[in-house]
Amino acid sequence: MTTAIQFENVSKRYRLGQVGTGTLSHDLHRAWAKFRGKSDPFAKVGQINNREEVGGEYVEQGEVLGIIGRNGAGKSTLFKLLSRISAPTEGTIKARGRIASLLEVGTGFHPELTGRENIYINGAILGMRRHEITRQLDNIIDFSGCAKYIDTPVKRYSSGMTVRVGFAVAAFLECEILVVDEVLAVGDTDFQKRCIGKMQELSRGGDRTVLFVSHNMNAVASLCTRGVLFNEGTLIANGLPEDLIPQYLNPPKTKVAQETSQVDGLSITDIEILNSSGETINVVTQEEDFAIRLSLHHLPKDGDLSLGIHLHSMRDQRRVFGTRTSMAGVVLPNSCQSIDLKILFPLPKLAPGEYFVRFDLTQDGHEICRFDSTLDLIVVAPPGSMWEGTNDFGVYTMDHQWSFI
Amino acid sequence: MNTSPNAVQEAKQLTMHDASIAAADSVENSDWDLVITPSRSLLSLQLSDVWRYRDLLYLFVCRDILSFYKQTILGPLWFFVQPILTSLIYIMVFGNFAGLSTDGIPKLPFYLAGITFWNYFAECFNKTSETFLVNAHLFGKVYFPRLVMPLSIIVSNMVRFVIQFVLFLIVVGYFLILGQIEPNWTVLLFPFFLGCMAFIALGMGLIFSSLTTKYRDLRFVLQFCVQRLMYLTPVIYPLSMLKEKNYAWILAWNPLTYLMEALRYSFLGHGEFSMLGLAWSFTFAAIILTVGIVVFNHTERSFIDTI
Repeated sequence: MTTAIQFENVSKRYRLGQVGTGTLSHDLHRAWAKFRGKSDPFAKVGQINNREEVGGEYVEQGEVLGIIGRNGAGKSTLFKLLSRISAPTEGTIKARGRIASLLEVGTGFHPELTGRENIYINGAILGMRRHEITRQLDNIIDFSGCAKYIDTPVKRYSSGMTVRVGFAVAAFLECEILVVDEVLAVGDTDFQKRCIGKMQELSRGGDRTVLFVSHNMNAVASLCTRGVLFNEGTLIANGLPEDLIPQYLNPPKTKVAQETSQVDGLSITDIEILNSSGETINVVTQEEDFAIRLSLHHLPKDGDLSLGIHLHSMRDQRRVFGTRTSMAGVVLPNSCQSIDLKILFPLPKLAPGEYFVRFDLTQDGHEICRFDSTLDLIVVAPPGSMWEGTNDFGVYTMDHQWSFI
Repeated sequence: MNTSPNAVQEAKQLTMHDASIAAADSVENSDWDLVITPSRSLLSLQLSDVWRYRDLLYLFVCRDILSFYKQTILGPLWFFVQPILTSLIYIMVFGNFAGLSTDGIPKLPFYLAGITFWNYFAECFNKTSETFLVNAHLFGKVYFPRLVMPLSIIVSNMVRFVIQFVLFLIVVGYFLILGQIEPNWTVLLFPFFLGCMAFIALGMGLIFSSLTTKYRDLRFVLQFCVQRLMYLTPVIYPLSMLKEKNYAWILAWNPLTYLMEALRYSFLGHGEFSMLGLAWSFTFAAIILTVGIVVFNHTERSFIDTI
């Protein structure tokens, strides 16, 4: 087996915070330091750098490598480096063959142009020559299933049609290494199936290497021959996807969140998610009760206090559910050092996915502080139906039965 | 999942080690098609990469032209409307109200020449200088040699220019029949003058587009400057008019001055055709274009982190 891609101590540093005010003076300082042969004076200031690292790692030709990890784990950064959108801070990446990266479908589509014209432009952006596109044009149109509308401007297309045309172009790319990031997330179930089928077909030949990022574990499990798991910018595990997925869904350590506010030492600590037997967790199945516990410290000495809790979906940030203590008739005592609270959600039936929790505290109806908790809740389908429910839509799993009448 | 991740890692690294020794023994990097490193030499201009993507350049040009007149009735005829209307306004404002000299050339061909050539320069400069800002989304999603984008702007504006140039030729032909202007053999050098202008626009556009990724202020500076630059270039007045003034040196150092004057001299018969001036323009164009490409290629590598 030959090596298709080789990573040699690759790392990427990001500057946190705004690029804006002061950039010019910083840049001048930096240039001056460089001129005198000294090191970058701003590179090592406290929290400025967020380092994401990929150690000595390689991908073999013909492999389908699944890359999994939580949001912010460095998957997209890796892809950006690989597709030459951004340059690494240190290290070298070497590759054999043409790399085509698909970080988005339909990149560069112009709304005024027809589907056919856009196929050419999109293909060329992805690195195809014009005659290659002409040769594949019928296949592309056929695969997209948009033959009827191919001479209509893309602005009249539904979003689904645009995505189908976009993926169709990518499906017929002639390249040795294909990098695919989350593009499946946008289509409907039927389309997702077709894409996965196509990608399996592509990789079956054995000489095409595919790197695939997705949060759809079902897709990763069925498509990939090997997986790597990223956490906070570093590669933490490497192996068969079946072995990595549980590790991804159940991170070994449960996070316990702590939040403080500026208002008179008021703080929330020990925010935890508990299962029915009282253990700290952050992965629950749909049919399992869970509770959120927290401790409040230094509550204000007067006024009617009310604590609000809001569950948001990680996918679109939308609020799934929110309630307040005052709504349930629970009275928070004034002037007490600290109290522990627990809210129980019996049989929550949330759709599989990732959620996060927000809190706020009001005094006489006015919000006095807000906590954006770092606590994440991951809901998975019950073991029997492992990951089958992931293709339902929405945030709530309703009981349902189909029948002919 | 019970295999220790470390063990797997180690095993992988060992295999990798063997493989890389074998590779290193032959030739360092020639074995790889693509080597991505943190920085590359300032002088590797990646022009072969641009050549490989020439089809993309062609398609971008098509896209610009097609999308310009989609859903319009007059289509490409719109390219005519703007220079005609602007010429009429200039004839009225600068020619009649202000009474500026036109060097003995009839007003219409004089202003039309200025507008046609200046517009090409200004459009190229303005559009290329926004390359990174306008295409940030596209550049953040896919790699292609970024230089293709500004080059496509130069070419698609060239197509637009050619259409307007035809209009200009018609006007020149008309006045030639009337015997009011006398073009000469230097007309044959016109592609050279135009190329020089395009290169200056491209070079400056590349530099500005690179700098604006970090300092947005330049965007406003630029909009302001391109407009003012027209008044510092003999576009709506002939160079001869300012010869005696004590600020004539500004125009003398402006590399666009001689190109404008030479163009007017060759097509309309009046203007300054200075070999020395043209040599300066050409040198300036060559330097600014090289610097522009170097700066642009340097920025291309990591602008997505700062934009």
